[in-house]
Amino acid sequence: MQNTSWIPMFPEAASTFAWQVDVLYFYLIAVSVAFSIPIVVAIFAFGIKYREREKFATPEEMHGSMVLEVTWSIIPFIVSMTIFLGGAIIYFQQYTPPDDAMQIYVVGKQWMWKIQHETGQREINELHVPVGRRVKLTMTTEDVLHNFDIPAFRTKADVVPGRYTYLWFEATKPGKYHLYCAEYCGLNHSGMIGSVIVMEQRDFDNWLSGNVSGQTPVEAGKDLFENKLGCASCHSGGQAARGAKLEGIFNTQVALVGGEKVLADDNYIRNSILNPAAQVVEGYQPIMPTFKGQVTEEQLNSLVAYIKSLSPNAAAAATAAKPAMAAPATPAAAKPASK
Amino acid sequence: MNSEATTGNGADGTPRVSYIGNGSTLRSWLLTKDHKRIALMYLISVSVFFMMGGLYAAAIRLELLTPASDLLETATYNKVFTQHGVLMIFFFLIPSIPAILGNFLLPLMIGAKDLALPRINLLSLYIYWLGGALTLIGLMQGGVDTGWTFYTPYSTTFSNSYVMLVGLGIFINGFSSILTGLNFIVTIHTMRAPGMTWFRMPLFVWAHYATSLVMILGTPVVAITVLLLAIERAAHVGIFDPAIGGDPILFQHLFWFYSHPAVYIMILPGMGVISELISNFSRKKIFGYEFIAFSSIAIAVFGFLVWGHHMFVSGQSIYAGLVFSFLTMVVAVPSAIKMFNWTATMFKGSITFDTPMLYAMGFMGLFLIGGLTGLFLGSVGLTVHLTDTYFVVAHFHYVMVGGQVIAYLGGIHYWWPKMTGRMYSEFWGKISAMLVFIGFNLTFFPQFILGYLGMPRRYAAYPEELQVLNIFSTAGASVLGVGLVMPVVYLTMSLINGKKAEDNPWMHPGLEWRTSSPPPTENFDTPPVVTWEAYEFGEDSGLDIEGARRRHQESVVNA
Repeated sequence: MQNTSWIPMFPEAASTFAWQVDVLYFYLIAVSVAFSIPIVVAIFAFGIKYREREKFATPEEMHGSMVLEVTWSIIPFIVSMTIFLGGAIIYFQQYTPPDDAMQIYVVGKQWMWKIQHETGQREINELHVPVGRRVKLTMTTEDVLHNFDIPAFRTKADVVPGRYTYLWFEATKPGKYHLYCAEYCGLNHSGMIGSVIVMEQRDFDNWLSGNVSGQTPVEAGKDLFENKLGCASCHSGGQAARGAKLEGIFNTQVALVGGEKVLADDNYIRNSILNPAAQVVEGYQPIMPTFKGQVTEEQLNSLVAYIKSLSPNAAAAATAAKPAMAAPATPAAAKPASK
Repeated sequence: MNSEATTGNGADGTPRVSYIGNGSTLRSWLLTKDHKRIALMYLISVSVFFMMGGLYAAAIRLELLTPASDLLETATYNKVFTQHGVLMIFFFLIPSIPAILGNFLLPLMIGAKDLALPRINLLSLYIYWLGGALTLIGLMQGGVDTGWTFYTPYSTTFSNSYVMLVGLGIFINGFSSILTGLNFIVTIHTMRAPGMTWFRMPLFVWAHYATSLVMILGTPVVAITVLLLAIERAAHVGIFDPAIGGDPILFQHLFWFYSHPAVYIMILPGMGVISELISNFSRKKIFGYEFIAFSSIAIAVFGFLVWGHHMFVSGQSIYAGLVFSFLTMVVAVPSAIKMFNWTATMFKGSITFDTPMLYAMGFMGLFLIGGLTGLFLGSVGLTVHLTDTYFVVAHFHYVMVGGQVIAYLGGIHYWWPKMTGRMYSEFWGKISAMLVFIGFNLTFFPQFILGYLGMPRRYAAYPEELQVLNIFSTAGASVLGVGLVMPVVYLTMSLINGKKAEDNPWMHPGLEWRTSSPPPTENFDTPPVVTWEAYEFGEDSGLDIEGARRRHQESVVNA
């Protein structure tokens, strides 16, 4: 079902990382060949030239050579440092998601991928993304370790229970690409596969509007916050409220009881819902009950999305990335849900 | 007449009893303190585990012949690859060279009459048997399906297989490694013959010294990890399980803190064997002796600092990833030093291509590929793409099988005359060495390409476009299988009808060749005094080369 590459037995390249990783790969192949040829030639040449001429001969003894030893220590070291640097530069990009990326939530479970777009659309084992847009996946799992792996994008990341991990990419070519779970996750590990479908922006917008979106994560989070879980009873009402003020905290340093400071990122918000007593904000009592077991991973995503939306400045970056077309897609429920 | 029972004449001219002839009752074997007998018992036990692991490998390759999961149920496949890994790593690769060749040769090479702690040596064999038995019981009960890495929380909370029993087997087996390592270190420090200075020791001994360091410093960590797993399950204390406040990544740190150095347990002894083979079959002192010796120690030390390179995509800090990548690149240097020195040793040598040398040359080729692809995997940006793909599978098989197993086979052939007193069939030896080399490359080279194409490891089913390469791999595995079964046959045959081995059939200068084949229980008639340097081939080292030439001439004429 996949497209083929013009190099035989070479994977499709469809993200901004792909050419960089491929260049590094070919550089390493070149280095390998450059090291192998002299050694293999030497082994064969010595083997032929210095094969035994007289039974049990005693060739003249040779002493080591400091010059040679130093040379063949330093050259591999320098070459390996170039490889390290090349890899480091790419790695840094792969794992530093840009601020303006389009947000998508991923929840792994044995043995499927559950995906939700910022505009509310959900999909399973398929991920539709527009070409040429930076996309950031915020990922967690309901059970064991998984790994979200898109070989054509040359990137992957583990999905870890109890925390968020991130993956980002910018697709460069429309098409359908393999999505694998690359971290062994039990019985049907090799069935935890799917597709990433890269579309032109216009097709993507059509796709979005053709799908029932239901509530967006922020709307769902608001609903949970205000009604279903009753978070608002303590967390709204400004400074006088029993619960810490949540407006404007995202991506800021929060002072904790005991004098420490912590960056209020996704993982901090998540932990504060599941394990509130662990990091209590300065000036508040540890009275919040845990919500562990009462919220699903998807509800947690929604709550985090909502709390982030309370910090318009920090969240602005993410919202700014929303396409103009995506907004009218939200009331798509009015249209028949046709695929 | 059983020629192994007696072994030449003693100093007083009377026939001497070899270590094999010294008692034939079961009791004389099971209660022996002789390092050579213990080594033989290890040889048999380790071979059994190797064959079992090999059968699992065959099942894996047959399943992967077709894209669908059809030959085996997925659940069975998961157990098969897990058990292949567990048996091969913990019960074959780790004990292979140290416990068999190391046990047999270390005292002989340094001129000692046994290891420093013979009873402890026997104890470590019994611990190996106990750990192996528990693991086998676990496999018979229904097996284990976690992958040999036992990652949490799958292994602790989700797997319904015999994790604890197999884990206990591995835990117990670890003490066998620790005791063997301890024994080697004490022996090397205290039992060297007069004149056997540190820098006169064969490089095989240096490699085992480095290996032993890793064994005694690394193995306790895996024991602690298994213990923590047990505590978590029994007392419900959150250590690794995020549901009760633990951290699953912590398990990976602890696991790899042992298991990465363990990778060096699985290659350093092989490098030691190769140093012996290259130098001896080139009849030339090894080039850069000190550099090879210290590069072993450097690999052992750096081996403790690079565990995080197994976790580049685990969600650890990117700065940690960068540091681990840097240190991994540094380890490439001592490995490169060894490669260059081995090659330089052949320069102006007098090279023969007996079976062990064929294996040694095969090792150089395969380890070259294994080492260079290690650079691919050490380079973080590239390895994000390669992690958990068949590229990794191919790489570690090139290092462990292409490295350690090839070296092990070369070593077994080389020292077979010493261990058994018999010569094997050189013809079949060469054929099998070449089949192993060809079959190995055909099996694992396509897997590098599969890996870059993105095929994930531990998959029972895979996309159809990847089938051609998988067929190559399975075809190669059958050639490799034939190549590996052949030595079992002709080595066993040699015990029955093999030519009787001379004490020093290769005319090599190591101390192990200066006693009879097979050696007497006490190894040497008179404690040797070493007056020559390592790998000194001339008449100065006391070798009767003229006599050997004469005997060789006579045997050629007779034939």
